[in-house]
Amino acid sequence: MFFTYLWRELRRRARQAIFIAIGLALGIGLVITVTAAAAGVKNAQASVLHSLYGVGTDITVTKAPSTSSNADGGFGFSFKQGVGTASRPKAGSKIDDNTLASDSTLSSVTAADVTSISKLDNVAAAAGGLTLTDRTVTGTVPSFNTGSSGSGGGGFGGGGGGGTTGGGFTGGGTSTFKTNSFVVSGVDLANGELGPLSTGTVSSGRTFTSADATKDVALVDSSYATTEKLKVGSTIDIGNSKAAATKFTVVGIVTEPAGDDSTNVYIPLTVAQSLSGLKNDVNTIYVSATSGSDITSVADAITKSVPGVTITDQDTLASQVTGSISSASSLANNLGKWLAIAVLIAAFLLASLLTMSAVSRRIREFGTLKALGWKSRRVVFQVMGESIAIGIVGGAIGVGLGFLGAAAVGHFAHPLTASLGTANTGSATPGGARAFTGGGGFGGAGGGTGRTGGGFTGGFTHAAANAVPTVTEHLTAPVTLEAVLAAVILAVLGGLIAGSFGGWRAARLRPAAALSKVA
Amino acid sequence: MYKLTDVKKDYPKGRQTVHALQGVDLEIADGEWMAIQGPTGHGKSTLLQILGGLDRATSGSVLLDGTDLTRLGEGSMTKTRATTIGFIFQTFNLIPTLTAQENVETALVPLGVSGESRKARAAEALASVGLADRARHLPSELSGGQQQRVAIARALVKEPKVLLADEPTGNLDEDTRDEIIALLEKLWQDKGLSMVMVTHDSSVARRAQRLGTMRNGKLTVKQKVV
Repeated sequence: MFFTYLWRELRRRARQAIFIAIGLALGIGLVITVTAAAAGVKNAQASVLHSLYGVGTDITVTKAPSTSSNADGGFGFSFKQGVGTASRPKAGSKIDDNTLASDSTLSSVTAADVTSISKLDNVAAAAGGLTLTDRTVTGTVPSFNTGSSGSGGGGFGGGGGGGTTGGGFTGGGTSTFKTNSFVVSGVDLANGELGPLSTGTVSSGRTFTSADATKDVALVDSSYATTEKLKVGSTIDIGNSKAAATKFTVVGIVTEPAGDDSTNVYIPLTVAQSLSGLKNDVNTIYVSATSGSDITSVADAITKSVPGVTITDQDTLASQVTGSISSASSLANNLGKWLAIAVLIAAFLLASLLTMSAVSRRIREFGTLKALGWKSRRVVFQVMGESIAIGIVGGAIGVGLGFLGAAAVGHFAHPLTASLGTANTGSATPGGARAFTGGGGFGGAGGGTGRTGGGFTGGFTHAAANAVPTVTEHLTAPVTLEAVLAAVILAVLGGLIAGSFGGWRAARLRPAAALSKVA
Repeated sequence: MYKLTDVKKDYPKGRQTVHALQGVDLEIADGEWMAIQGPTGHGKSTLLQILGGLDRATSGSVLLDGTDLTRLGEGSMTKTRATTIGFIFQTFNLIPTLTAQENVETALVPLGVSGESRKARAAEALASVGLADRARHLPSELSGGQQQRVAIARALVKEPKVLLADEPTGNLDEDTRDEIIALLEKLWQDKGLSMVMVTHDSSVARRAQRLGTMRNGKLTVKQKVV
């Protein structure tokens, strides 16, 4: 009787039932579409972050340098960053320096920290990495025109500090100096699945083996190899902390995903530590948690275990992503979400009002049923059953609309672009946005006051270009089972809400009053 | 069967209080047919609703087989309506989306009668009012007289002790009215029902055993018909 009565009643007011169902369907379809689009954007973000972040890496740990340590952030060929003489080179003397030094935006942490992090609860693995910059300057020193009141010795920007008219080369950029710079990453061969090489694939040659740990061998990024005409078997000069070069044999060419970090050359970590004078030090720790749900607790534990470090996980990295992917994410999470909620609420209200209206028109019917001995509860169930049935139909249509909407998003959406971070953010990102600002230049600002102090504009162009990688991702809008289940629940909820209002009204009817109103 | 003592019913209407029943005393015996007449708005239907447990008296007592309906809880009152009292309305009050058979079955739903038994009893009730061949028809496909027959079948299918009829022929033409009254009279005799019928029609009222008149909320039993 329940279903017969329900079906007949829905058939009688089919137009209204369809109207309510379509309203609910639109709301639910929109929810599914927005959810799918948001999932698609999230997937795209994850894909971007995956390529930028590294396979299996959940957290990177870095340490920002102190302000004082930044002050000497100039390129140190002439004054060798404090390791060479501070005296001014004579005019006409030859310069041929190849220096390997730690990235100026990253401070060192000890290898012991890597060990202590790897022993923390819920940490699957931890690997150290050393991101270094190799800078080569060759040429002849021109004659100097010293600054009149510079207190910091003027010259090539680095560490000069505070000079009001810092010195520079006479003739500015007309000198014969040649500069070159590339990024070198030291790879922990014992934990190859983590670290800067984890996203790359060897396109020719081979990757490192454990036997390479102390050898002068290198893997070269395919883009850099093309630019520098390097191939397997070629040699490449890499400097050291004393500005002397060592020849490395290229054993493999590595192709990194689009937008990956700016590393040009990979060498064994032990060798990198030795050359840069950073024995037992790393400047990036790559951490893998045992599960995604443990990332937050692992991050907290790392902060306590190694104070002063910067923790970067995918969430913090995602916040640095800019470009249309960020806009799409914002659109899906803000406008889309609220639009879907608004439509859903409107649909619920519409369904409730129309159900109450229908109950009002059926007062005599319900009064009669009560006179026949039907309990209020049975009458309420009947009304709610009708509403829930409409909700289920609306939900089914809504799921269909949701799939259509998701397919439309996937079909018509423009490819999304993503850029990570901006230059000089001090980001812990292993690569990317931790390059030089590329300002200054010969005869430029003179005595620099920090890391924005003089630099070779041309020399750092490559690093700066790599600093803001852009990735293009095609947007897909996957409809998940969870979204469909949520839609069905929403549909039933919509029916329940509408039915509750109608049922409440029906339950309140006193049979005598109901019958007298229509007598 | 019924014993009403000083039954009063007041209800608010705007800022005023309407005294629909002003001290009604009445006894109705088992198997008795009583007709109630009176001008519109003088309390006939209110009295019928109180007899049927559709409304509650403001004061006084309404004993149905010794049970005071004024003291019953909502659940017990609903159960009493489901088991003991049958209603017939002037406007038939059939569920428009259900067939004649299904309409009759609605009276058995609160009794928990199972599907097959419900169908059989409903078919039997429809046959008893001469509508066996109209079981699958919707109310809109039936004439007024046929609809009232369905309503009578619905009222009687649960085999109540009391049949309360509120202007059962009010919407029918004379020929149909006579058919319906004849049917009710037959069923009343066959089933030994107590029947209380509110009617404006004197020719119908005269066929009852007793005739009461409601005026200004007061009931007077003027004559007794054999």
